[in-house]
Amino acid sequence: MNKELMLKSALAGAMTLGLAQPAFAVTDEEFKTLQDQFNQLADQVESNSNNSTSNTTVGGYGELHYNNTSNGESGAARKEKRELDLHRFVLFVNHEFNDDIRFFSEFEIEHAIAGEEQVGEVEVEQAYVQFDLNDSTQLNAGVFLLPVGILNETHEPPTFYGVERNPVEKNIIPATWWEGGAMLSGQSNSGVSYDVAITSGLDGGTDIRGGRQKTGKASARNLALTGRVKYTGVAGLELAGTVSLQDDMTQDSTDDIDGATLIEAHARYNVSDVTLTALFATWDIDGDGASAANKDTQDGGYVEASYKITPKFGVFARQNEWSNEDNIDKSQTDVGFNYWPHEDVVVKFDYQAQNDDAGNQDGFNLGLGYQF
Amino acid sequence: MKKLLHTILLFICLSSVNAQAGGVYQKPDEFINQVFNNNPPKAEVLWLNKDLKKQITDILDHKYNGLRIRYWQQSENSNRKSVWILDEIGKEKPITTGFVINNGQIELVKVLVFRESRGWEVRHDFFTDQFKQARLNSDHNLSRSIDNISGATLSVRAVRKLAKIALILDMEISKK
Repeated sequence: MNKELMLKSALAGAMTLGLAQPAFAVTDEEFKTLQDQFNQLADQVESNSNNSTSNTTVGGYGELHYNNTSNGESGAARKEKRELDLHRFVLFVNHEFNDDIRFFSEFEIEHAIAGEEQVGEVEVEQAYVQFDLNDSTQLNAGVFLLPVGILNETHEPPTFYGVERNPVEKNIIPATWWEGGAMLSGQSNSGVSYDVAITSGLDGGTDIRGGRQKTGKASARNLALTGRVKYTGVAGLELAGTVSLQDDMTQDSTDDIDGATLIEAHARYNVSDVTLTALFATWDIDGDGASAANKDTQDGGYVEASYKITPKFGVFARQNEWSNEDNIDKSQTDVGFNYWPHEDVVVKFDYQAQNDDAGNQDGFNLGLGYQF
Repeated sequence: MKKLLHTILLFICLSSVNAQAGGVYQKPDEFINQVFNNNPPKAEVLWLNKDLKKQITDILDHKYNGLRIRYWQQSENSNRKSVWILDEIGKEKPITTGFVINNGQIELVKVLVFRESRGWEVRHDFFTDQFKQARLNSDHNLSRSIDNISGATLSVRAVRKLAKIALILDMEISKK
């Protein structure tokens, strides 16, 4: 007899007793016994129900985008983008070994199809083991997201405005940025937290975004040290600053591009239904090669204001300015809305307008995002 | 950089001393004892009828599997206090939170066990203090606005939902 059948039989028996007894005038003691039996049965049923959740959990998110932008030119000069793209499909598989040791992973397929001559990629963005050293200090070891910016660590579509991630964090930070290594994280009761990470470094010279090695046979000749301090000691407020020291941006100390320093700072304040955000990030790349290419300083920032008109509908406006090369100053203005039919599902719309340096791609984007 | 690496390694070693069980900030039993000055009343059980279960499901936005919920209640003169230990998943793992309801309004919220990878800020007083004095409006929303924590949205959402449920459950037992 299986467990479920046994429970049902026991429950039926207890109910029969419970229904039959009043006819024989149940004593207080008998009633108490029956009550205990019911509670024990309920304990067992609830326990069985809870047993369906194991130490391994699965989650994920995804986003489908429609982009309709163009530079407004005609003929050969026209550059337009009219695309429907399953930009990201992501699965999280996590496991709790015991109370103090757990595993986190993020497996991502970008642009739906990956393989030779295909447009997409398969990526393992996170695969690390977290050890609790005490109740406010953790050590992460493996492949993890670097503690920098706002979107790099939290980028599930329902959590941010705009169909595409903002161009400043994408092109300057460069999100999503993950490395292999070890990171110590700690939190204090005052709302101050810190993260210090020793990881593999970038390997793209002055091409910051292209320099992400993604932990695929990543060169580890020149490591990087990244530290963040964050303050969230007042409800609704986040202040954070990150410094990343890259030992050598080419993983080759014999060439003319040397180390680099990233400084990033951001503030976010949420009061009632209004959220205001400002972020600034700047890279300083050492070496004559970087100066000669006019790419020794690369920086950018954005300001964003959003307002949740109802719990299911919010509007936003964002101004982005960034530069990856001297005298090329890109800017993009975004306005739009998010509609959440469910708290984990979002429909997004935004209109973007770029300046000439950014490509002058004006138009709208439509997105569907979800997380679970 | 070598000096920095040595300093960090030393820091890690020092941090490892005094290692404790992570994620458990206070055991539920200790919380109950603390609320009732080490003399807690016997736990009582509230069976969830169809209507109550629907209200909980609506707040959680997902199915609720429990049949009953345990609570601790003490009445003194016209003062009625109830304590609820409730779980809800933020992103992946349950956040266990203790609620003290005094005459229909929240007296204390405390995050007892937290095992998510992010969103730990909800444990801090600056967040949980926002719930103090909150009641349920007629539309089952909290009477006080609870500000979000950037990067901890899912944890904030979970605790907010549990606060509403604790108030609804307290309202239910007050009818008895």
